[in-house]
Amino acid sequence: MEFLIDRLPLYLSGAGTTLLITLLGAVLAFALAMVVGVMGTLRNPVARAIATGYTETFRGVAALVLMYWMAFAIPQLVPYKIDALFAAVLALGLNVGAYGAEVVRAAINAVPKAQVEATIALSMSWWRRMRAVVLPQAWAQMLPTFGNLVIELMKATAIVSLIGVSDLTRVAQEQRASTGETVAAFTGALIAYFLIAQLLIVGMRLLERRANRRLGRPVATGFLALLRPPPATATGGGRR
Amino acid sequence: MPQSDPRTSTGTHEPLIRFDQVVKRFGSLTVLDRLDFTVDAGERVTLIGPSGSGKTTILRLLMTLEQVTSGVIWVGGEPLSHRYQGDRLVRANEKHQRRVRKQIGMVFQQFNLFPNMTVRQNITEGPIHSLGISREEADQRARELLEMVDLSDKIDAHPAHLSGGQQQRVAIARALAMRPKILLLDEVTSALDPELVTGVLDVLRTVAETTDITMLLVTHEMQFARDVSHRVLMFDHGRIVEEGPPEQIFGDPKEERTKAFLHAVLD
Ligand SMILES: Nc1ncnc2c1ncn2[C@@H]1O[C@H](COP(=O)(O)OP(=O)(O)OP(=O)(O)O)[C@@H](O)[C@H]1O
Ligand SMILES: [Mg+2]
Repeated sequence: MEFLIDRLPLYLSGAGTTLLITLLGAVLAFALAMVVGVMGTLRNPVARAIATGYTETFRGVAALVLMYWMAFAIPQLVPYKIDALFAAVLALGLNVGAYGAEVVRAAINAVPKAQVEATIALSMSWWRRMRAVVLPQAWAQMLPTFGNLVIELMKATAIVSLIGVSDLTRVAQEQRASTGETVAAFTGALIAYFLIAQLLIVGMRLLERRANRRLGRPVATGFLALLRPPPATATGGGRR
Repeated sequence: MPQSDPRTSTGTHEPLIRFDQVVKRFGSLTVLDRLDFTVDAGERVTLIGPSGSGKTTILRLLMTLEQVTSGVIWVGGEPLSHRYQGDRLVRANEKHQRRVRKQIGMVFQQFNLFPNMTVRQNITEGPIHSLGISREEADQRARELLEMVDLSDKIDAHPAHLSGGQQQRVAIARALAMRPKILLLDEVTSALDPELVTGVLDVLRTVAETTDITMLLVTHEMQFARDVSHRVLMFDHGRIVEEGPPEQIFGDPKEERTKAFLHAVLD
């Protein structure tokens, strides 16, 4: 215990790095997932081919190998060195974005056809239909899966420790190496990962609540409900 | 009772809606077979006929939710299913249909309100973003329409918190907010509990009495059809078997199939 209290600043800065990579990776993954996911629902065959190409490519590639490639192979190919942290963010974002794109595509396709027909009856443009009707309804459906993806992404950030970034995992390893206190060093990392995961879960649940409230669906209230998994029915698709 | 019959008001004229040899197939199933019919501006026409006879398909073709297999649909003298390229008619593209269908509104059996929007947003979305009118004006229009459908107090409610009858009245207000020339109503009371039907029909009676909107309605409410429509078309297998004023079709049908159909629905 004392071991950890003494090293709290070190662990905190490691946790900060882990959280930073998680958030940057999530932002990139989210942007890619939205753009590619929407492209996957278009009638235009070129857009669809690009979407499929992206998801198939990056779902099948290990984020770790992709990160090594960005960090070590790219400098050999072009006279440019990617910062280690940036390489990790790119690799994780591209990888998780591929999964996210499938989630977005499926959620858009799950919006009842009757909703789309109502937008046609109101002569809404494609853009307005997506922006005002389809995406807000699909959003509530995406969020639970996005929540899982964010946690997966956060855990996967440990790969950056392999290319010299001082994230939580690396801090723990360095402490173990320099002190020999294996149990304490890694227990500290475990606790910190657990707390970050809880933080992300609560954040995602708050977004889910807001999304469901906007659809006029009943939402659980109170803080404890944020930590519990939501009932299966609350995450269902369109009404009826 | 219908106040006037617009068909007798002038001699030669262009009908508001014209189906010209319209064929609609789903795979090998021919739903509409070289259908011809016209509807005049201001006319209210009820489509009746057995299940599967193509009533919904006709409304969906007009709303451009389906495309014709062949033939041409005209609205206000302009092709809807097609467009002119030089002086040749070619299939309409999305842009052309978007423009023409602004004159047409539809109310669905299942209401189809947007659950992510309040009642107000449901009603003002089309006017603001499709017609480009100002938010203030759209808002004003929404309030007037909600007053007409007797839901002024629900303006900021979520659709999910309204009864089916209330949702359908909002859906009618939403369609009317676009100021359509043509209103399509497909069994708009069929999904409602019996005690909620009257409220919706009363609203539609008011619309019929106070506006000159052309209406095409599919309904099983025969008394209502009798009261508001100028003309009834009896369909079977995608063809018109009989047509006439409601008093004649309901009171003195000529065709055996009409008699059999009315007999089946009236008891
Ligand atoms: N998208 C579709 N794909 C295949 N068949 C369809 C489709 N839409 C309608 N049909 C078929 O077309 C025929 C006419 O359907 P339509 O819905 O127009 O009938 P309707 O007169 O409205 O019947 P109801 O009184 O039951 O509503 C039916 O046999 C129906 O099964
Ligand atoms: Mg029908």
